[in-house]
Amino acid sequence: MSVKSFRQAINEALRDEMHRDPKVVLLGEDIAGGMGARGAQDAWGGVLGATKGLLNEFGRGRVFDTPISESAFIGAAGGAAVTGLRPVAQLMFVDFFGVCGDQIFNQIAKFRYMFGGTAKTPVVIRTLCGAGVRAASQHSQMLYPVFTHFPGLKVAVPSSPYEAKGLLTQAIRDDDPVIFFEHKAMFDDTGEVPDKPYAIPFGEARIVCEGGDVTLVALGRMVGFAKTAADRLAKDGIQCTVIDPRTTSPLDTGTILASVRSTGRLVVIDEAHPRCGMAADIASLVAEEAFNSLTAPIRKVTPPHCPVPFAPELEDAYIPGPDDIEQAVRAIVKERADA
Amino acid sequence: MRLEREDLLRAYRRMCTIREFEERVHREFASGGIPGFVHLYAGEETAAVAVCENLQPGDQITSTHRGHGHSIAKDCDVTAMMKEIFGRADGLCHGKGGSMHIADISKGMLGANGIVGGGPPLACGAALSARVLDNGGVAVAFFGDGAFNQGTTLESLNFARVYDLPVLFVLEDNGYAESTSSDWSIGGNDPVRRAEGFGIKGEKVDGHDFFAVYRAAQEALEAIRNGAGPRFIHIEFTRYYGHFEGDAMTYRPPGEVEEERSFLDCLAFFRARTTQGGQLDTAELDAIDVEVRALVENAVAQARAAPPPAPETLTTHVYAAY
Repeated sequence: MSVKSFRQAINEALRDEMHRDPKVVLLGEDIAGGMGARGAQDAWGGVLGATKGLLNEFGRGRVFDTPISESAFIGAAGGAAVTGLRPVAQLMFVDFFGVCGDQIFNQIAKFRYMFGGTAKTPVVIRTLCGAGVRAASQHSQMLYPVFTHFPGLKVAVPSSPYEAKGLLTQAIRDDDPVIFFEHKAMFDDTGEVPDKPYAIPFGEARIVCEGGDVTLVALGRMVGFAKTAADRLAKDGIQCTVIDPRTTSPLDTGTILASVRSTGRLVVIDEAHPRCGMAADIASLVAEEAFNSLTAPIRKVTPPHCPVPFAPELEDAYIPGPDDIEQAVRAIVKERADA
Repeated sequence: MRLEREDLLRAYRRMCTIREFEERVHREFASGGIPGFVHLYAGEETAAVAVCENLQPGDQITSTHRGHGHSIAKDCDVTAMMKEIFGRADGLCHGKGGSMHIADISKGMLGANGIVGGGPPLACGAALSARVLDNGGVAVAFFGDGAFNQGTTLESLNFARVYDLPVLFVLEDNGYAESTSSDWSIGGNDPVRRAEGFGIKGEKVDGHDFFAVYRAAQEALEAIRNGAGPRFIHIEFTRYYGHFEGDAMTYRPPGEVEEERSFLDCLAFFRARTTQGGQLDTAELDAIDVEVRALVENAVAQARAAPPPAPETLTTHVYAAY
């Protein structure tokens, strides 16, 4: 065990799995960087450096830098997966999904079902997501609900370096297509990460902390914010359980429902757009399955229904933070007290 | 190009099976036995058969919405295919895919495809697998004139060239993308030049002539297997039916199909060429016709009698594990 960054955790999972299984190959734009240019041949290692060094270790027969042609190489990753490889493709920013959407949603996601269970499509699509780095509307979205919507895809949203390594390892070993969301504002976050390979099973939530008053469900970068809010609230005697589902598909509904049945209150924190998002999805799950346990209205903490803005003042106002979470919790605890 | 008697007989049997299968699906659809949409390959038999006769079992193909011909040419089971088109439990895809998604991964048939231009990126991936696994395999992307204007196809041509992938791009130009003329929709109106613009050697062949398509496919696939990277073939012919079954085809001039059937039919051409040359005789070809008719008749009878999928299979096969 040692302290590693989110970036190192990703890199380690890729390296370990490439050593373990020669069928694991990487595809993506600038995942090495400098292809065909006259300078360094491992110039970038991906835009945030997560694949740095892998070209030198595994060579051009395993690490495929691609032209900027998402339809071609994401589709090729799918075609390679059904014919025997375990490709890990990188869709540089998830915002680019529109240019290769068909290959993900109509091809990769549906092979197994359309072909009556005869196809196996073990492909991972790693993708950068999230606001907070002043990248504006077309490089900042948190689009995991879009992918969660599609049967056939699995969706992982790591909230820490430990989760990043374990979930990516599972994603690569998994026999189904996995969309793996890496929050770009978390790449320098650090945490304890085992040196040895380990896989975190999908569909198993992590209980970050336990408290009897309110259940907070958060994903990705919001998990840390929820914990910060919970720590502050605890000082005022409001005890929160923080649940990190870790994957939105499959979703560990059991852990969420069990907690709400015990606390009677739910706040869902989601960096995705509010309409048809994970917050709405989890709120509807609880309303349907645990309505009688609720002692207060469900609260959603999300950005407003607008694109991610550029100006720092606007973007800071856009992203939900610990203050918003704290406020939502206090509101429903107060409603109970007033009742 | 050296086609022995057995090769010729096998090729004829395949083309004949596709024709009989499609003519029969046409009738079964009209009589209401087949749900949904079907797109028939009749008139285009040379492309699937001449190309696939040059493939090995381990080679991979991607297909189109008009995929029955490719499936038969890649050795998919005809009865299981018919059952799938009827939506039966023991169809090739257990009734989950139907005509538009018919596939047999074990045969290297990676699926008919409901999306125009869906296949070429997948074929590049299959070619990448062959490269990494070093198994000597090649991939073939069959696509129509409509798909030749899709970004996926153009990106794939470039990607295949950049990595010199062992993939053959086969443009099946039947004259119409749905109802739109390919002469009008393919800008520049010269597909081979377009492929050459990507640095990919291409050739245009007459799709009514099995031997012309066979020679072109053989030459291209040999080059690909020898490491030349991707190749391109533009095949011209006519489809005998509409874009889909039920298409009134008012966009076609009167008599177009009848004329093609009378004077340019690929099966008639094949028979004439092989019997006049003395390689095959009419009686053995007639015998194949009879056998094929019985095969398809039996497939339809079995498909009609087969049970539909059980309701509990609605949610199976979504994931390998969930």
